[in-house]
Amino acid sequence: MATIHFDNLGHSYHPHPSKPTDYALRRLSQEWEDGKAYALLGPSGCGKSTLLNIISGLLVPSEGRVLFDGLDVTRCTPEERNIAQVFQFPVIYDTMTVYENLAFPLRNRKVPEADVDRRVRQVAEALDLTADLKKRAQRLTPDAKQKISMGRGLVRSDVAAILFDEPLTVIDPHTKWILRRKLRQIHEEYRLTMIYVTHDQVEALTFADKVAVMHEGAMVQLGTPQELFENPEHTFVGYFIGSPGINLMPCTLGGDHALVEGIAIPLADRAIPNVGGTFELGIRPEFVELTRTGTAGAIPVQVVGVDDLGTSKLATLRMGSHTLKARLSEDQEVPALDAAIRFPTRWTKLYRDSHLVS
Amino acid sequence: MDKVQDNRAWFLIVPVFVIVAFSAILPLMTVVNYSVQEIFGPGQTLFVGTEWFTTVLADTRLHDALVRQVIYSLAVLAIEIPLGIVIALGMPGGRSAKTSLTLVLLALPLLIPFNVVGTIWQIFGRGDIGLAGATFRALGINYNYTSNSIDAWVTVLVMDVWHWTSLVALLCYAGLQSIPPAFYQAAKIDGASKWAVFRYIQLPKMRGVLVIAVLLRFMDSFMIYTEPFVLTGGGPGNSTTFLSQYLTQMAVGQFDIGKAAAFSIIYFLIVLLFSFIFYTVIMRTGEGDKS
Repeated sequence: MATIHFDNLGHSYHPHPSKPTDYALRRLSQEWEDGKAYALLGPSGCGKSTLLNIISGLLVPSEGRVLFDGLDVTRCTPEERNIAQVFQFPVIYDTMTVYENLAFPLRNRKVPEADVDRRVRQVAEALDLTADLKKRAQRLTPDAKQKISMGRGLVRSDVAAILFDEPLTVIDPHTKWILRRKLRQIHEEYRLTMIYVTHDQVEALTFADKVAVMHEGAMVQLGTPQELFENPEHTFVGYFIGSPGINLMPCTLGGDHALVEGIAIPLADRAIPNVGGTFELGIRPEFVELTRTGTAGAIPVQVVGVDDLGTSKLATLRMGSHTLKARLSEDQEVPALDAAIRFPTRWTKLYRDSHLVS
Repeated sequence: MDKVQDNRAWFLIVPVFVIVAFSAILPLMTVVNYSVQEIFGPGQTLFVGTEWFTTVLADTRLHDALVRQVIYSLAVLAIEIPLGIVIALGMPGGRSAKTSLTLVLLALPLLIPFNVVGTIWQIFGRGDIGLAGATFRALGINYNYTSNSIDAWVTVLVMDVWHWTSLVALLCYAGLQSIPPAFYQAAKIDGASKWAVFRYIQLPKMRGVLVIAVLLRFMDSFMIYTEPFVLTGGGPGNSTTFLSQYLTQMAVGQFDIGKAAAFSIIYFLIVLLFSFIFYTVIMRTGEGDKS
């Protein structure tokens, strides 16, 4: 296991990158802790696979360094870095049995056969593959094959990190859930440094200790699932995490409050330097307070519709020309005519050029 | 699912039946017909049953030709398949000018007609004016395909390797190109050696195209006719007289239609049998347990 350090890391597929958009991965300096589970989250083309391949050593970055436990491994092969990687589609060795597949990485490293057997059986047990050990891998279902791919990553006890590149894409939803829990359990048991790439926020939030959200080549926030939810540092994080995403409204500044179409909304921070840029006000649907007109500080809104989601209600509200979503508890009454909302200052976030003003 | 009865389906099948009947079944039946008769002249035939078959099976010249043929075909496979695989592994991948050039160069021999290949090598190997022949002579190597049967053999074999290894290489190349890059990356991460990558990824993924390559090369080489005929006419002696040439001598040269017909059928069955064996063996290898 290793601490992973990115030192001014960046990558561009252009030979002479000149503008930020030329970069598949923009400048990044960070330290990832040993033994933690990380998720790289973002839509396709956001640079998460580029970053993963740089960590694994399949790609040499055009700028900066990668350090494992303080050791520069930027130009080392995956083997030299001693990492394991699980790919999007199952990679199995067709002609081998499940047992031989799992033993392959160990046998290649000349691990004594007794240890190979012990590890293989341990991993097979953890992944429910024990019954299939003697079967030829080619004959199994896609999810069993993907379990073998994962098993080959987990079988080496000495790896610096295990990388998962959207490993559950081919798995059906129910098995997906089980496998994710399995991975989580294995992580908690062995304290392996795991890095998990996905575009599915549920997968990322349930799997990882820390989630790195990527957007257009930049890592916009690295934080715990709770931090991402409660304090999105970038409008993209607010939009991408949560369902529905954060409510965003363009605004201007007026001293200690924000002005949305002339309506003053109080802010937590009283002294915001007005240095220019485009300002937006954001609040998660979960934090919008629905009340009746007349309540102190409430802004009248029009209720456009209410969707009952079973465990909660989602109200669509209109405030001026803006449409807001508010998540309400099942038993909360929605006033038909005199609805109003309040913005709790703690959850009302101000963004300048998409970045959180703090 | 319910089966739909519709007699119009016959319109789709009948043309194929007619074409296959005229191109394959009728000629084959004619041969079967000849093989059980003694033909004295037009309209003068005598039913002789299996007599031609017994005669053919007892023919020692045919035995010799068959042994020669089997050795030749096995030699062709033993050289061209591994060589083709090695060439395919060494070929540049991706879309580049280098790749295109390699593909064109490899495809060139395949475009040359059989008898032209024979003629090219006949001239190439001549001691007086051929580049290879003259070079051997200058180096003091005694090489003469018209008088030395081993030289003639080697020439026919080299000719075939030159002509057809490209086919195997191109087929294997196509097989290799279809392997997703993740397999190589995973193997790298698993610490697999080059040999292990070949043994556990490339070779299993090439199995499908290798079946085709082996069958094509086997059938083709088992029916070789033109090249040795152009080179030495089957000589020196009978050393490069393979089955099809012996058959032609029998049918066209001596006009032993009945005997030649019986021979053809046996020939056909041998090709069928060998192809079946190759196919089964390759498909079974790597399939392993049927559980």
